Order: sequence, then structure tokens, then C-alpha cells
Amino acid sequence: MLDNLIHIAVLLLVPPLLPGVIAKTKAWFAGRDGPPLFQPYYDIAKCLRRGWVVSETTTWIFLAGPVVTLAATLLAGLMVPLGRAHAPIAFTGDLVLFAYLFGLARFFTTSAALDTGSAFEGMGAAREVTFACLSEPALFFAFLVLAKISGAFSLTPMLHAPTVAFSAGIAAPLILILIGLFIVLLAETCRIPVDDPNTHLELTMIHEAMVLDHSGPLFGIILYAAAMKMLVLGTLVLQVLVPFLPGRDVLRGPLFLVLLVALAVLIGGVESVMARLKMRHVPYLLVGALLFCGFGFILLIR
Amino acid sequence: MGVSGVTGYLFPSRSAIGQRVVAVLMTCGSAVGLSGCLLSFTGRWALPCALDHAWSLPGCRFAVGLDALSAVFLLPVFVLPALGAWYGLAYWRAASHPANARRLGAAYGALAGAMALVVIARDGVLFLIAWEAMALAAYFAATVEDDSKEVRRAGWIYLVATHAGTLCLLAFFAGWRHATGSFMLEAAPGMPVATAAPLFVLALCGFGFKAGLMPAHVWLPGAHANAPSHVSAVMSGVMLKMGIYGIVRAVALLPVGDVWWGGALLVIGAISCVGGIAFAIGQRDIKRLLAYSSIENVGIIALGLGLALTGRAADRGDWVVLGLCGALLHVWNHGLFKGLLFLNAGALIHATGTRDMEVMGGLAKRAPRMMMLFAVGAVAICALPPFNGFVSEWLLYAGFFCAVGVKGAGELPAVSLAAVALAMTGALAVACFVNMLGRVYLGAPRSETCRHMHEPEALMLWPMVLLAGGCVGVGFFPAAVMMPLEAAAAQWGRAGVVLPGMVRALPFGRLSTACCALAALAAALAFLLNRTGRACGVRVGPTWDCGYARTTARMQYSASSFGDSVVGLASFLLWPRRCRTALRGLFPRASSFKGLVPDTILDRLVLPAFRASDRFLPRLRVMQQGRTHVYVFYILVIMIVLLLWGGAGSH
Repeated sequence: MLDNLIHIAVLLLVPPLLPGVIAKTKAWFAGRDGPPLFQPYYDIAKCLRRGWVVSETTTWIFLAGPVVTLAATLLAGLMVPLGRAHAPIAFTGDLVLFAYLFGLARFFTTSAALDTGSAFEGMGAAREVTFACLSEPALFFAFLVLAKISGAFSLTPMLHAPTVAFSAGIAAPLILILIGLFIVLLAETCRIPVDDPNTHLELTMIHEAMVLDHSGPLFGIILYAAAMKMLVLGTLVLQVLVPFLPGRDVLRGPLFLVLLVALAVLIGGVESVMARLKMRHVPYLLVGALLFCGFGFILLIR
Repeated sequence: MGVSGVTGYLFPSRSAIGQRVVAVLMTCGSAVGLSGCLLSFTGRWALPCALDHAWSLPGCRFAVGLDALSAVFLLPVFVLPALGAWYGLAYWRAASHPANARRLGAAYGALAGAMALVVIARDGVLFLIAWEAMALAAYFAATVEDDSKEVRRAGWIYLVATHAGTLCLLAFFAGWRHATGSFMLEAAPGMPVATAAPLFVLALCGFGFKAGLMPAHVWLPGAHANAPSHVSAVMSGVMLKMGIYGIVRAVALLPVGDVWWGGALLVIGAISCVGGIAFAIGQRDIKRLLAYSSIENVGIIALGLGLALTGRAADRGDWVVLGLCGALLHVWNHGLFKGLLFLNAGALIHATGTRDMEVMGGLAKRAPRMMMLFAVGAVAICALPPFNGFVSEWLLYAGFFCAVGVKGAGELPAVSLAAVALAMTGALAVACFVNMLGRVYLGAPRSETCRHMHEPEALMLWPMVLLAGGCVGVGFFPAAVMMPLEAAAAQWGRAGVVLPGMVRALPFGRLSTACCALAALAAALAFLLNRTGRACGVRVGPTWDCGYARTTARMQYSASSFGDSVVGLASFLLWPRRCRTALRGLFPRASSFKGLVPDTILDRLVLPAFRASDRFLPRLRVMQQGRTHVYVFYILVIMIVLLLWGGAGSH
């Protein structure tokens, strides 16, 4: 019970810290001071207090976009184990629900983008659904590898298995899916090299282009849900990474949070040293992720 | 049910009463059948039961029977056509279509009746008669508008394809008779696998044409697009499943085969589901899009069958149960959401008079209820929680993840790769249906046609509401519908392999709870948002278009441009045609761009092959004299040859 409460508290409170850490890292790379670490919290709080503007072309779908996205992300967040504790929701087959909840969020986010009738938002939505066609199979390849290692069909045992059942034989497949999952994480959370949240041209964006018309609390919810998605998918990556770290047996509750922050620093580092890929080159990167995960699977069942 | 439409001819051609009588008769027939199905599901009516009479037809008995498998496939036959008949009252009014309303009623009823007979037939010849009746009734129902060239062409392609399938089935039943000594469809576990394998291939080809599995899907998009919408709904939601039924039944009759049987179905299923949905994204005709999506769904069903078949060969009861239950549930689910979407598309066409998605847009403002229903269908068909499509795909995923646990190398762990194909299909389906929802209902109206849009009348709305209710109900409470499916799986799988209670052990309760939690979370958030909105104020303004002042509806991202990024990814498969005029000079003239995704198999393979054969086959016309005695002479010659051949064989 206490574990569950801690899980929910972390899931609700920590997410906005991650974009803050990323921004701070990027500022450090660029030799600036950067915004305060807790800036995303202030932003979200400010958004939630405001009124909002809706376009006259929109329907209820426009509001359903952020609402369903946050609900789905929250539910998915309750299914991944943070650290060594069990997830609050765990049952046979929960990983399919986990993956498809993100699909549901994508359905409503992109529909809400099309609801405004703006060309830029349509463009962003088209890119989002296209890239998902490659990142979703990659995710399932990684799940197959984890299912093979753990012999289970539920996220909690599957994500604990790399640490619990670590052996030299599974190291190579794990490294391969780790790379694949990290690329999926970058793509799904709209980071460089797939998407640049800070560019000033709507033409070149994916996620930010889709939410151009959302304002006030709607935009606050979107920011919050995006940060939460980063935490959830980041947890997925970390659970595969943990066996390769020294002292993997002590990585429980608080230390896991440190790892999350370290992952955010890593993402910030990637963002600082790389430029965004050309839009037509992004599929190559995602196909790369798919291949990494696929080879991991083949190594394991050979 | 089968003859319900004939009564329409007792009334004048413009008579609404005649049409109503036909619909009432259809409903009565369906209600009787439906109550039978439900009685058998609840266990009040013990299965199997059979009826066997001698018949004046030589070599054939009038044998019909009902078992758990038939009951599962009968349910959609009794639901969708009856709903469609009521829908048809408003969609195809006798008063506005006096020339063909009666013909449509007759063919539609015959189609439903023939499908019911296909499912319960227990004799090969009776099955073939029902099968052919179904094919022809569907032809006449789909081509009611035969004054249009496009409709005639689609009907012609359908007729050729369905008879190519029937040809394989003739060979199948002939082989069956040869192997078992009778036309009766009774399990023949003693048959050697070497004899059974060619029969399996014949059944797969023959039924594959009807089911619309990928290389044999050529008839499907045209026929579905050009039929009246409630006929499309029945063809897609029920008739394609007759092909699936045929495969399931044939495999149940044949002995346990090799692993490659299941492998073949898995490969065909994966090609159909990924290919079908990729083609769907490239379409701009709303009904062609739905037709291609039917190919995708049939592919998903085939994946489940492949898993079950592999499980049967490898003695894995859990694969059989999960694969077959997933496939059969998807048969029901596809009937529900595809029926809903086709009826919805029909109402759109009825109101706007066009099937082209590029001229629609912003229809949600004029028909919010239609949009709501469409959104339910779209979420369900993308297999997203909390609606019904998710449950059947979840069962399939569970099966594929079981497969990954198999020890050792070899072909068995490869079965789990189907999970990746299914994941890709899911993501593509989201792309496809978001595009459709966005282009048709959301955004700003793209043309004058949209102004005629209105909510459909109650007769058209209620069938959709019932189907949407089914989608939601199955999604939230999947445990309620699993019992008949489990019974069918137990009957289909070998005794001893399928353990009772395997399905009940699955965590459907948790799944329901999670879905309810999702709905509750979303509702709570919406409530909070609504309160904040009232407190802080909501203003309405124009769409933000990045400072550009004169935006028009035509500047929206169109369906083709939305789909183009996905079509580009899959261009090795789709071979899209693009025509554009080149821009020249500093002040180029008006330019245009046109993108089209033709059917690769039909337009680039089958039709050219037919055209080529057109050049050579006329030489055979010398045999066709048009004189009866010449044909009788041919028969005589062939019989003599056969006699001699048979005589030589017996010595």
C-alpha cells in the first residue's frame, strides 16, 4: 500500500522536473544560466489559472485531446514499476493496454489538431502518426525480448527481469533493445534529433505544431502529460539499463529518482550536441530503432 | 429471411408499405434465429443438434446442423442484415428508387438467408448451393445501380473473383468426396496428412477469395464501394466472415496438420493486415477506404487462426484458445464497428451526394450525433481501449506472447513476430482513421457540398446507435461474451489439448476495471476543466495560423497530404501514382498535383494479365459454333474419352 502511494506521488509530482533538468543541462552546455530548475512547474501552474481561447471551427474533440491524453498517460504510468517496487496496476497482458493507451492518446491528440483546421497542425499530426508506425513495432520487439527473458506477460516481472535474471547470455540483446528504446523515447517525447520543441518555425515541428491552438489549462495539461510520458517511457529505458550499472542491487526508491534525473541530463546532452534531423531522415532513425530491437530478439531466440 | 424480399414484389414499385413488410419479415426471421443462438449460448439448448433428410437431388442429403462454431458465425448473420434492412428503408426509399428498390430487397433478403444456410449446411453439395446463392445474391444486391459503368465493372470483377474461388471449392469438395467417400461434412481424423494438405490449400484459396485475404482481395474494394451502403455493411461485416467460417470449418474437419498450415495463414494474415491498412490510407473514396480496412481486419482474424492452427499442430492448447477466441471475437467485433462505419458513411453519402472525402470537412458542426457515432467506431476499429476492438487484439497479443516462451530455436518462436505485425497495423490504423475523422467531420467545410449535410433520420440513426452500443458494451465487459467463444474453441481444438476454464482464467475483470478507470479519469478531468473554464472564461476566436491573415478552408491539410507521409513510407508496396505539372520561371502559372493509390494487384497484375489473355483466347472461338448439336457432340466425345480413361485406370 505504501509502495503504491509512493508510486502515485512520484508519478504525479516528479514529471515536470525532467524538462526542467533538460533545460538546465542545455543551458549549461551553452554556457548560460538558464531558467530555474522548477520553471516547468511555474509554467504549468500559470497555465492552469488562465482562461482559454478556442477556435470557432472546433468541437468537443478539441477538448478531448488533452483530457484523454492525460488520463491515458496517467493510467499507463500506473502500470510501469518504478525501481524495484511493484506497479499499482499489474495483470497478465497489461503491456498491451500500456502500449495501446499511448495509441489512444495519439488518436485524440492528432484528432484535436485536425479539429482546428490549421495546415500546420495537420502537418504535425501527419508526422506524429507516421513516425508512430515505426516506433510502435520497435516497442513491441523490445517487449518480446523482455517477455522471453522473464517468461512473463506483464510489465512488472518483465521490467524486473533484466536485473533479477541478469546473465552474460542476455547482455547483448539487452544492449540492443536499450538503444532501440532510447531512440523510441526520444521520438515519442519529441526531443532532438526527431523533433525540436524550441524551434521558431511551426513548419519544422511535430508535437508543438499540433498544439498551437491549445491555450490556458488545456496547454497546461498537455505540458504536464508530455512530461509524464517522458517519466513513464524513461522508466522503461532505465529498467533495461539498470543491470549494466554498478551497484544494481541498491537501486531502490530514492536512487531510482536520481537515475531519472541522470537520464534527463543525458537527453539534455544529446539535445546539446546534435541538430535535428531533416524530416525525411527521421524514418531512417526509427527504422534503426526497429532493427536494433529486432536483432535483439533474433539474438535471443537463435 | 431468405424469401422476405420476394414479398416486396406483391406491392407496387413505389410502395413504402411493401418495403416495410420486407423489413418486418427480415426482422422476424432474424429474431427467431437470434433467440435460437442466444438459447444455445446460455446452455438452455444443448449443442450440437442436426437435421438430416434424404433429398431428391442425387448424391446429396439435406443435412443441416448447429454446433458451437456455427452459432458463433450465425450471430452476426442475424444482427447486421436486420439492422441494415431498417436502415435501408430510409436510405433506399422505394419512392425515390422505384426501378430497383424491390430487386434490392429481394437480393438482400436472399443474401442473408443464404449466409445462414452456408453456416448450418452439413453436406458438401448443399453447402455449395448455399455458397453460390450467397455469391449471386450479393452480386445482385451490390449492382442495383447497374446503369453506372463503374458499378457494372465492379460487379463483373466480383463475379469473376467469386467464381475463381468457387472453382477451388468445387475441387476441394471433389477431393473431400474422394478421400472420405461421401459429401457429408463430418470430421475425418483418420485421413493421412499427405491427402489433407492439398485439400487445405484448396480450401484456403477458395475461401480466401471470399474472405478477401490479400492477394485474392481484388474484387473487394470496388464491390464494397459501389454497393448501397447497408449492402456494403452486410458484405463487409458478415459475408467476408463466411470465407473465414469456411477456413475454420474445413480445418476442423481435416486431421491435425503440419505446422506450416498455421504458418501460411500467419504470413497471409500479416500481409493482409499491414497491406490492407496501408492501401486504405491512400484512398480518398470513403467507402473504398473502409473496404481496404476490411482486408486489414480479415488479416487480423487470419493471424488468430494461424496461431490456433499452429497451436493445434504443436499441441499447445493455450495458443488454440487464445488464437481462436481472439479471431472469433474479432469476427463479431468487425461486424459491429465496420457495420457502424459503413452505415455512417452511407448517411454521409445520402446527405452530401459524394463519396469523395476531399470535398467534405467540418461536418461535425452540422451532424454532431453522426460524428459521435463515427468517433466510437473509429476508436473501436483502431483497437484502442476501452472499446471492443482492443479486447480481441489483446487476446491475440496474449497468444503471440505465449509463443515467445517456447524453448529452443526453430519456427515456433517465430510465431510471436506476428505481434510486431499487429503493432504496426495498429499504428497504421490510427493514422488511417484519424485522417478520416479529421477530413470528414473536423476542421472547416471544404466545399459547397457540405452545406447539404444534416443529421440522418431516426431509421438510419438507430441501427448505428445499437451497433455503437455493442462496441462499447463488449469493450467494457468482455467477460460477458467469452462463453460461446470458449465453447467454439473447445469444439474446434482437439479434446485434451484445450482445457476447460482456460479463458475464464484470463484477467478480464482487471481489463474491465482498467477501462472503467480510464473512463472515470477522463470524465473527472473533463469536469474539472469545465469548471475552470466557467470560472476563468473561454473566448472563441479564429484558428491561429501563425500570423497569416487570409486563411481559407482550402488551405487545410487535405486527406491526401495527410496520408502522403505514410504512403511515402510504404511506397515500395503501394506504388502511388503522382502527377504534377512542373513549375517554371519566376512567375509560374497555376500548377496542380494529383496523387492516386491504385490497387497494385488488380491494376498492375490481374487486369494486364486479362488483357494479354484477350489477345490469345479468341483463337479458341472456333470451338464455339452456337449450334446445340455441336455442343452435345462435345459432351459425347468427352464422355467416351472419360470412359476409356476410366477403363484403362481400372485394369
